[in-house]
Amino acid sequence: MKHTLSVLVENKPGVLARVAELFARRGFNIDSLAVGTTEKPDISRMTIVVDVAEHSLEQVRKQLHKLVNVIEISDLDPETSVARELVLAKIKVNPENRSEVIEIVDIFRGNIVDVSRESIVVEVTGNAQKLRAFEELVKPYGIRELVRTGKVALPRGK
Amino acid sequence: MKVTGAKALVRSLEEEGVEIIFGIPGGVLLPVYDVLFESKMRKVLTRHEQGAAHAADGYARVTGKVGVCMATSGPGATNLVTGIANAYMDSVPLVAITGQVATNLIGTDAFQEADTTGITMPIVKHNYLVKDPADIPDVVQEAFYIARTGRPGPVLIDLPVDVARGELEYHRREHPQLPGYKPTYKGHKKQVRMAARSILEAHSPILYVGGGVITSGATAELKKLAVDNGIHVTHTLMGKGAFPESHRLSLGMLGMHGTRCANYAMCETDLIIAVGARFDDRITGKLSEFAPKAKVIHIDIDPAEISKNVRAHIPIVGDARQVLKDLNAAIAEVRAEIKAADRSAWNAAIEEWKEKYPLAYERGNGLKPQYVVERIHALTKGDAVICTEVGQNQMWAAQYYPVQKPRRFISSGGLGTMGYGLPAAIGAQLGSPGDLVFDIAGDGSVQMTIQELATAVLEGAPVKVAILNNGYLGMVRQWQQLFYNGKYSCTCLDRERTPDFVALAEAYGAKGIRVKDPDLVDQAIQEAMESPCPVLIDFWVDPEENVYPMVAPGAPLYDMIGDLLYPVEKVHPEKAEEPFL
Repeated sequence: MKHTLSVLVENKPGVLARVAELFARRGFNIDSLAVGTTEKPDISRMTIVVDVAEHSLEQVRKQLHKLVNVIEISDLDPETSVARELVLAKIKVNPENRSEVIEIVDIFRGNIVDVSRESIVVEVTGNAQKLRAFEELVKPYGIRELVRTGKVALPRGK
Repeated sequence: MKVTGAKALVRSLEEEGVEIIFGIPGGVLLPVYDVLFESKMRKVLTRHEQGAAHAADGYARVTGKVGVCMATSGPGATNLVTGIANAYMDSVPLVAITGQVATNLIGTDAFQEADTTGITMPIVKHNYLVKDPADIPDVVQEAFYIARTGRPGPVLIDLPVDVARGELEYHRREHPQLPGYKPTYKGHKKQVRMAARSILEAHSPILYVGGGVITSGATAELKKLAVDNGIHVTHTLMGKGAFPESHRLSLGMLGMHGTRCANYAMCETDLIIAVGARFDDRITGKLSEFAPKAKVIHIDIDPAEISKNVRAHIPIVGDARQVLKDLNAAIAEVRAEIKAADRSAWNAAIEEWKEKYPLAYERGNGLKPQYVVERIHALTKGDAVICTEVGQNQMWAAQYYPVQKPRRFISSGGLGTMGYGLPAAIGAQLGSPGDLVFDIAGDGSVQMTIQELATAVLEGAPVKVAILNNGYLGMVRQWQQLFYNGKYSCTCLDRERTPDFVALAEAYGAKGIRVKDPDLVDQAIQEAMESPCPVLIDFWVDPEENVYPMVAPGAPLYDMIGDLLYPVEKVHPEKAEEPFL
């Protein structure tokens, strides 16, 4: 079962290594991991998606808590949180189908960030389903390269 | 006024109350050792960095203070690794300080460079790579605070040589600032009350106690809980000394080489009260058949230990001493509301097991290792500090040297580090100079750190090393005999040919005594006890004596093999469903 952990950490050197090492050593798989600064410069937020059973999730959380630089961990419930991911995709185009592709990008409220003769680079944000749907639709044109940021998430309200 | 990083480090250590530093200098540590020269702190020069880490560890276990060890960059640091891992597994407060190459050389594969913080990450509670001299006072303060609080453990400080040479205005915070580190000491009140109720309602409760009781100084509270409620106590190897073993409520050690009584009791109990213990595989045997009838109260300061291996019905996160105190008070309250359950049948069963299955070995027939331990116990009146190596010697020491007080039995539990005993004994001796310190050793283990005899001699640490010399890596040989058709692959150490331990002891300036005759055992122990210098006694024991009773790896606790009354009747290596060794 997939869980999204939002982890507040002290912004100190080696924190990412400590977290990654802990997952590796305890045999937990990371689906995605996104790190960035928060409104406080000395604190970063990691959004970690793990695919583990309930019992292991408990261990992941407890073990993470033992890291001295980890301040707070919350397991984000999809019902009460918002999650987004950004994808950059370089799609093969030619003069015939370019407008078709642009139309799809528009439907997904994406942006075209680079254009060349044979390809365009587009930026789309959304939840996992939306990005998957977008990928499926542009696949027939040929995806040259693609990169995803991994999920970032925050709890709703309050 | 500005001071150098090295001066700031030494001053910070002094402010932490450090009395003694075990270590070996080296290139990048020169600035630090240069300042240490003038410090009042005692510097113990070991002969190998592993010895330094174990000595600091032994010192910490005996005194309850933070042990400090030091090593240079690269090989010095990697040599510390085993000792740090050992302290981590047994939750020993340790601060390890390593030199590092200059910051501008880090990452260039410079001479004697190793990624020390990277290497030690999974075996420390926390570590630091100091890049600015101004950080030194706070880093040292935090390191000691983290090492000794909560669940204790090792903390490493990696100090590049240019940082040690750099300058700073010495300033130290009032309190360490660690927003992400807040150990829980007080147990949840409702949980404690629930535990109290369960204890009174249980028909066959058992206290299963580990090293946490000793670390938190909870022996008095534990004794009160056991005695007031008539609950029997079984301990882990790390919990030896948490409860007096001569007490009528003590069942001795449990697990792989525990007593039959303790293991049978675990199989039948309806309530396990686990205090500062972590349900290690050496304790539980086959997990799926462990304590099938039991409800579990698990008291531990580390929340990650609770429900890790065995599900806890009543988890209580907190310091053992604090929680047991609250638990005793809660029981007194609840007792007014409910009547304690009748436990006469349970107590009778335990008495029967105790009587029927005592620890026993076959006497006569040459010199038995168990006999040697029994005699050390008798002649030291059970009051020595016992350190052990790892393997058969360790198990015989645990079985035949009952301990009555905490911090008197020093052994490498979690990591099972051969070579731990001698340096740990030196650390223990220096930490507690008035005590008689014995290292009950094996001929295999002791040779892994035997060079520390030099340290013992020069530092005036009159430790007594009692080698139960069977000429084998005994525990491995025992497993080969039992589970690998007696094929002794690479376990014979050939004691007839090498080494001559007596000559070796004397070469180091210690005293050496060899004993092959049971009748001369007492005399040798006596002589060692009376000698003011380190003494090594080379007891040539029965080479193929085994440690019994035993739960085969992967077998359930009730399936015990061996001992005098129950000779090896069945061995089920094929039953081992869980991987072992």
